[in-house]
Amino acid sequence: MGEMKNIYLAIVLAPLFGAVMAGLFGRQIGRAGAHVVTIAGVAVSTVLSLYALRTLMQAKAAGLEYVFNETLYTWLVTDGFSFHVGFLVDELTVVMMSVVTFVSLMVHIYTIGYMKDDPGYQRFFSYISLFTFAMLTLVMANNLLQLFFGWEGVGVVSYLLIGFWFKRETAIYANLKAFLVNRVGDAAMVIGIAGVFFVFGSLDYAQIFPRVGELNGLAIEVFEGQPWSMATLISISLFIGAMAKSAQFPLHVWLPDSMEGPTPISALIHAATMVTAGIFLLARMSPVFELSETALSMVLIIGAITAFFMGLLGLVQNDIKRVVAYSTLSQLGYMTVALGASAYSAAIFHLMTHAFFKALLFLGAGSVIIAMHHEQDMRKMGGIGRYMPITYLTALVGSLALVGFPGFAGFFSKDAIIEAVKVSHLPGAGLAYWAVLSGVLVTALYSFRMFFMVFHGKPRMDEQTRSHLHETPLVVTVPLLLLAIPSVVIGWIAIEPMLFSGFFGQSIHVDHHHDVLAHLADHFHGAQAFALHGFTQPPFWLMLTGIVAAWVLFLKKPEWAAALKSRLSPVHQLLDNKYYLDDFNALVFAGGLRGMGRTLWQLGDRVLIDGLLVNGSARLVGWSARVVRHLQTGYLYHYAFVMIIGLVGLAWMARSAAL
Amino acid sequence: MLSNLPLLSLAIWLPVLGGVGLLVSGDLLVTRARWLALGFALLTLAVTLPLYCQFDSTFAGMQFEEFRPWISALNANYHLGVDGIAMPLVLLTSAMTVLVVIAAWSSVQQQVAKYLASFLIMEGIMIGLFSSQDGLLFYMFWEAMLIPMFLIIGIWGGANRVYATIKFFLYTFLGSVLLLICLIYLYLQTGSFALADYHALALDLPTQRLLFIAFFIAFAVKIPMWPVHTWLPDAHVEAPTGGSVILAAIMLKMGGYGFLRWNLPITPDASQDLAGVVILLSLIAIVYIGAVALVQQDMKKLIAYSSISHMGFVTLGLFLFSVQGVEAAMAQMVSHGFISGALFLCIGVLYDRMHSREISDYGGVANTMPVFAALMMFFALANAGLPGTSGFIGEFLVILAAFKVSFWYATIAATSLVLGAAYTLWMYKRVLFGEVASDKVAVLKDLHWRESLVLGLLAVAVLGMGLYPNPLFEVMHQSVESLMTHVSTGKL
Repeated sequence: MGEMKNIYLAIVLAPLFGAVMAGLFGRQIGRAGAHVVTIAGVAVSTVLSLYALRTLMQAKAAGLEYVFNETLYTWLVTDGFSFHVGFLVDELTVVMMSVVTFVSLMVHIYTIGYMKDDPGYQRFFSYISLFTFAMLTLVMANNLLQLFFGWEGVGVVSYLLIGFWFKRETAIYANLKAFLVNRVGDAAMVIGIAGVFFVFGSLDYAQIFPRVGELNGLAIEVFEGQPWSMATLISISLFIGAMAKSAQFPLHVWLPDSMEGPTPISALIHAATMVTAGIFLLARMSPVFELSETALSMVLIIGAITAFFMGLLGLVQNDIKRVVAYSTLSQLGYMTVALGASAYSAAIFHLMTHAFFKALLFLGAGSVIIAMHHEQDMRKMGGIGRYMPITYLTALVGSLALVGFPGFAGFFSKDAIIEAVKVSHLPGAGLAYWAVLSGVLVTALYSFRMFFMVFHGKPRMDEQTRSHLHETPLVVTVPLLLLAIPSVVIGWIAIEPMLFSGFFGQSIHVDHHHDVLAHLADHFHGAQAFALHGFTQPPFWLMLTGIVAAWVLFLKKPEWAAALKSRLSPVHQLLDNKYYLDDFNALVFAGGLRGMGRTLWQLGDRVLIDGLLVNGSARLVGWSARVVRHLQTGYLYHYAFVMIIGLVGLAWMARSAAL
Repeated sequence: MLSNLPLLSLAIWLPVLGGVGLLVSGDLLVTRARWLALGFALLTLAVTLPLYCQFDSTFAGMQFEEFRPWISALNANYHLGVDGIAMPLVLLTSAMTVLVVIAAWSSVQQQVAKYLASFLIMEGIMIGLFSSQDGLLFYMFWEAMLIPMFLIIGIWGGANRVYATIKFFLYTFLGSVLLLICLIYLYLQTGSFALADYHALALDLPTQRLLFIAFFIAFAVKIPMWPVHTWLPDAHVEAPTGGSVILAAIMLKMGGYGFLRWNLPITPDASQDLAGVVILLSLIAIVYIGAVALVQQDMKKLIAYSSISHMGFVTLGLFLFSVQGVEAAMAQMVSHGFISGALFLCIGVLYDRMHSREISDYGGVANTMPVFAALMMFFALANAGLPGTSGFIGEFLVILAAFKVSFWYATIAATSLVLGAAYTLWMYKRVLFGEVASDKVAVLKDLHWRESLVLGLLAVAVLGMGLYPNPLFEVMHQSVESLMTHVSTGKL
């Protein structure tokens, strides 16, 4: 195990080293130096992560102790409570490590092409390597404190990258918004962590999970006379944190705007890895969530709302990246639904397949954007497929995986989720089932709307752009090809072990009352049968309907789409304005807070405290001084008069005293 | 060998001596004055370092004690000593003074020797305050400290400095008077000025309450707490950069230190009795002041309000009556010393170049000052409590400790995660990000190596403490635990 400790350390520190080199010495090592050092760092992490995956599986197969849990150092001790920094590497962790490092490596390579002409080249490489470091500390943490460190770390890097082009007003608005919305979630998450600390006196998973039963029957009086289940309070608080990070309704508002950042990070951070941190958190904390059906129901419903309603928004977007962004929101909703249904492994499975095909789609979109000289409006594209065959083919693979065409990666994971929700008995499961089912139609519609608008039909760009259209260089297309492979094959390989053969072992805990996947396992007869069975199921027909509808509406008869749009103009308005949530937030929360600040400042500090209390007491002193000053007139007869009065008074007092 | 030296006396009187020397030598040789000041500041730092290195963290009481009769007629003694609570603050003082002297190198051009002398003298006074074990001595340092700060703001300050100094003086003077009354009362009761005697003195609850309130006002003004905070933004705005750094980094901590040395041990039962009020005021500070900080148009005012809000965590932590809360409050005080100091220095860097503190005069500074932008981003994030920086520790541990007392305390305190990020990063966005806003911004020069050095050292401190805070906590444990045992035992 000592040898593994060094390997895990290297996995985490190699990207950090790259980030520091490129960040602090970018000028000295130059552009090539920056990408060499960062790519080397992430490559080391990737290779070692895959090695760790293999080692772990071998050890497990051999019946050896395979879970690594070790503290690196003690962060601090207070009042007898210790907080640590350390690694827990189990099945869940190695899957996350492999996915994160592999996608990160692809994105690093791709960036050489995408950011070729950008003056902030070194800074960009530094950021994405720093992100990889933070994400790895998050997934490899053996306690909630370090997880929160990674959680905030990825949030900061996301903030820096959304605002990478810091001269653009839209970019620096979007990054502040992203950070603040995430902070709302983080505040709730800290409360959840505080709850865990309150109950268990520790934040180490190894301390929490074996004793999780202590939560049963534990309640806290949040309002006078209304005890809340502690398990529910902790679960919901943590879930609110996950809602912000994984962009669940209504805390999703930052993710579409995050598309202001360069495309490589949209793929890496805002699709494949960071936004799935919330999903990971819930899977990691599954022993706690399993204790609260209330929390699970909430997870289910929030996920269902996100999966369906965010997909709808993808239908009306014209910016190619925003379509993919809304599709990400919707897919995150699917994962959340799976978590709510206690199908944690299905959520992680979908997280993995989604990481590959969504990174592929984003990088494909980026490839188109490069070819179009940074034009992102799909209305100015069309017919690009014939100029960019590799991008075209890989985007097709990505789209088929996304819509869940039987045999592609997304099919296996998404169908598993739909089936799992179907057999769940939690309140809200029925609603969630319909949401994820109809979501399939919506997914197919927006995905192929984009696909047809970009790659097929008549070119709508200007002649000069069209004449320069050509396939992007190898640094761009090779990552596309490498991501296309798992987008096809990973489902075949992984479905059986991950969902039905107990791959996750002790790393995920499911209460046997909620074990929907065990229910599905009875009907599972191998990946091939699962795929063939898929052709006969409602999702397949819904998907096919969606693709055909997209083909008709956006390729063959665009006038029908226009007619539909004007016929449904109120709906279109609603979708176009993103359900008016941004306006609501800007008015109520941002405006309200500023208004409150101004009122408290002007009325509280200036008028009441300074005006009334401080200057008031100063004026009181001044006023009494003025009054008293009248006594000192300087006229002799005034003083004489006062003396006489005084003498009379004194005499009178002496007389009364004598009496 | 070192342990035989009267380290605390040296730490107090060396800088005072240096300051007097500077005053005597005058402004004739400006460069020599700067080197002289730096020499004395470094020497003082060197004298205080053994306080940490040789500190016995298994011992709760006073260490490095010095005792000499002072005014025997009054039974007042020159009694010094530090425990795990005072020692970190002494080190913070000596470290920050060095940085302030370096930071003033080129930014202060008028009456340089007097300026530097004020800071050195103030350093000695502040260290004296943190190490006084005699009430009268404490009070003397407490009052003496007002003079150099009054002069720093009054001479090197901004346009509205007279109003600010008077306000600063009156506010703190109000507190001082109450402190004096308490001191006299306690002296009459015990016939002694020894703090240890006051800690042991039995007092009934009504007396404790009165004493508590008087102490409380004195220290609440200093730290400052809502609603006696309005002197701070004005003082900061008018103070020169170095003045702001010392004010925020060290002087506010005297309030927190006062609570720990006077309120909690002398009036333990009244402290528990009235803790609800203090907690309420702390929570108001966190939320109310956070919202007020959001709408400030002057960068210094914004950071000043941010300081008040952060001090809300200190008072909240102190009055949760747990070891964790007190240690978290201490961590917050030390961390705030670094971070607010750094932010005021950052604003100073901008002010030296643009002669404006108005946010609206800036925009797009990151285009012309990339190194500065990176450093200031780091401090802004630290101010927002990012894990991995020192700013996280105190807030996180206070929230955790508060949850044990009340869900609502923790939840209200947690709003600072949002508010702190909102006011700090919104300011950052308007000042640093965006297109170059004016011709003045277009010609800005990035950091001088001396500025980089000062900010770089602070960044290392913030990061180092954030990643490995345990050394600080180790030295505090015994003293804090013994204090909390004393408090929970009470005097009734």
